[in-house]
Amino acid sequence: MHPLFTRPRQLGLYLLAWVPLAGILVYLLTGGGGLSLGEATAITVPLCLVYAFVCLAAWYPCRAIPLEKSGFLKLLLTHLTAAALLGTYWTYQAKEIAIALAHFWPRFAGLNLRLATHTPLLWITGVLLYAMSVTFHYVLLAEQASREAQARALEARVLARDAELKALRAQVNPHFLFNCLHSVSALTSSDAGKAREMCILLADFLRTTLRLGGKETITLEEELALVRGYLAIEKVRFGARLQMEEDVEKNVTEALIPPLLLQPLVENAIRHGIANLPEGGVIRLSAQEKGKVVSILVENSFDPDSPAPLKTGLGLDNIRQRLDTRYGLEASISVRTEGNRFQVSLRLPAQQNGVMA
Amino acid sequence: MSGLTGKKIRAVIVDDEELARQMLREFLSGHEEIEIAAECANGFEAVKAVTELKPDLIFLDIQMPKLDGFEVLELIGTDRAVVFVTAYDEYAIRAFDIHAVDYLLKPFAAERFEIALQRARQRLGGKLPAPTELSSSARPPSQPLERIVVRDGARVFIIPVAKLDYAEAQDDYVALATEGKKHLKQQTISSLEGALDPSRFLRIHRSYIVNLERVTKVEPYSKDNHVVVLSNGTQLPVSRSGYTRLREFLDQTRAR
Repeated sequence: MHPLFTRPRQLGLYLLAWVPLAGILVYLLTGGGGLSLGEATAITVPLCLVYAFVCLAAWYPCRAIPLEKSGFLKLLLTHLTAAALLGTYWTYQAKEIAIALAHFWPRFAGLNLRLATHTPLLWITGVLLYAMSVTFHYVLLAEQASREAQARALEARVLARDAELKALRAQVNPHFLFNCLHSVSALTSSDAGKAREMCILLADFLRTTLRLGGKETITLEEELALVRGYLAIEKVRFGARLQMEEDVEKNVTEALIPPLLLQPLVENAIRHGIANLPEGGVIRLSAQEKGKVVSILVENSFDPDSPAPLKTGLGLDNIRQRLDTRYGLEASISVRTEGNRFQVSLRLPAQQNGVMA
Repeated sequence: MSGLTGKKIRAVIVDDEELARQMLREFLSGHEEIEIAAECANGFEAVKAVTELKPDLIFLDIQMPKLDGFEVLELIGTDRAVVFVTAYDEYAIRAFDIHAVDYLLKPFAAERFEIALQRARQRLGGKLPAPTELSSSARPPSQPLERIVVRDGARVFIIPVAKLDYAEAQDDYVALATEGKKHLKQQTISSLEGALDPSRFLRIHRSYIVNLERVTKVEPYSKDNHVVVLSNGTQLPVSRSGYTRLREFLDQTRAR
């Protein structure tokens, strides 16, 4: 169905636009010693009312052959044919109205004969009116398309935001919490001071996660502080098995990154790397800025014999998706294994305090 | 209980976290009838300790380096009481399938631990259920086997399935051929067949499963029989039904 029929207000406006058009037609018909004002009005009013609706049919060919996608010749031929047909119809309709008027009212007797001298004028106006209708419909379609595009863009933004929130919510792994609480429980009898310390470390970590998670971007230094807090907790569980090396250049600590970008990578490094090694291993975190690009590398030892964990992809996919929605092609994440070292490297555009560096 | 009077229950603690072991030690310290025979920090140590010490009771973590808790059990059998101790609740059904005595979720209360111990005593006092065929029940069926664990005395071999050339039935055992060596494992060839990825392994004979990536050619041997030749030159017999399955597979790969 034509979109105007679902919007009465716009249909009213469209019909109103026909009033001046009808006025011009009356003027043309009375000019040059043709018809009287009464005769011209009596023909024009019903004629325009019917034609206004007939012209709405232009919506179908306009939709079938969109302006930007169809050949010029096809456009021209289709609309010229339609215009010629409708012009002829419109002329014929005018004549029929004149005959009907002449038949029912004596004062209009012979009106159809007098109208005959205006046939070329009528035909041309019919064609022109159809052309106007085509223009109107192309404008209508363009407006509809842009509104749909806007809705799509909005939807994409909402989806991206949704994905980000989901990713954030999935950050704190419940098993991490259970294992932590178990460690605290074990410490309460053997080393109460240590148990208290662990509670405080855990509370700090959770609070920081919540605070940073709500932000759009944070500095690398803030993220590193979170990672250090996380590692301090895991260190209680893994003891000497977990070792950490940090190599972050001074100029990059103020770089802005999405929150909770590195913590899940370090968590993966422990779960799929260190935790599978009886003797433990080293997690190495390095970051630098070169030529407006921040590069971050998280590297860990792993056991090449342990089966590839099915879930590793999930955390990485999350990060990849977050980088994608935020930076598009400007950011990337890549994974590499080298002997018994597992490497994740991130590259993102350098930003500081909201200004492109 | 009568069979156990005067005799201590010998327990082994298996957990990769020192604090977790410490906690079990502490909870067990109040029970004189239980003796801690060994503490293990990974799967290899656990297999070694259980093989050598033959304990009555095992406290077993699931997520551990080298071998996970289920793989440990697959190698040592289930003819002893097992209490799982883990932070993951998703393995509870598998634990139930292999008749674990109890399943403790970290962190747990001392009271809950007492219940587990009570159940273990009951189990040890009564008759233990017959060991089940673990290799098939100890793994979620939807997930094909990724590696096979084999024990030779106290030594453990891990064979990633990609490195398995073929498996041959030998009475109650299967011989697993990998990298020029053969490892014997107590398992039926049918249960191994059911655990392996059917798109990578094919039963070509009553006694043989072959890694399809290793097959270089199929040759006629006698009137009705064929042999497959593997990339290392090994020839394996193919039965008539095995040949039909092999042809089906080869046709499918060609169609793809």
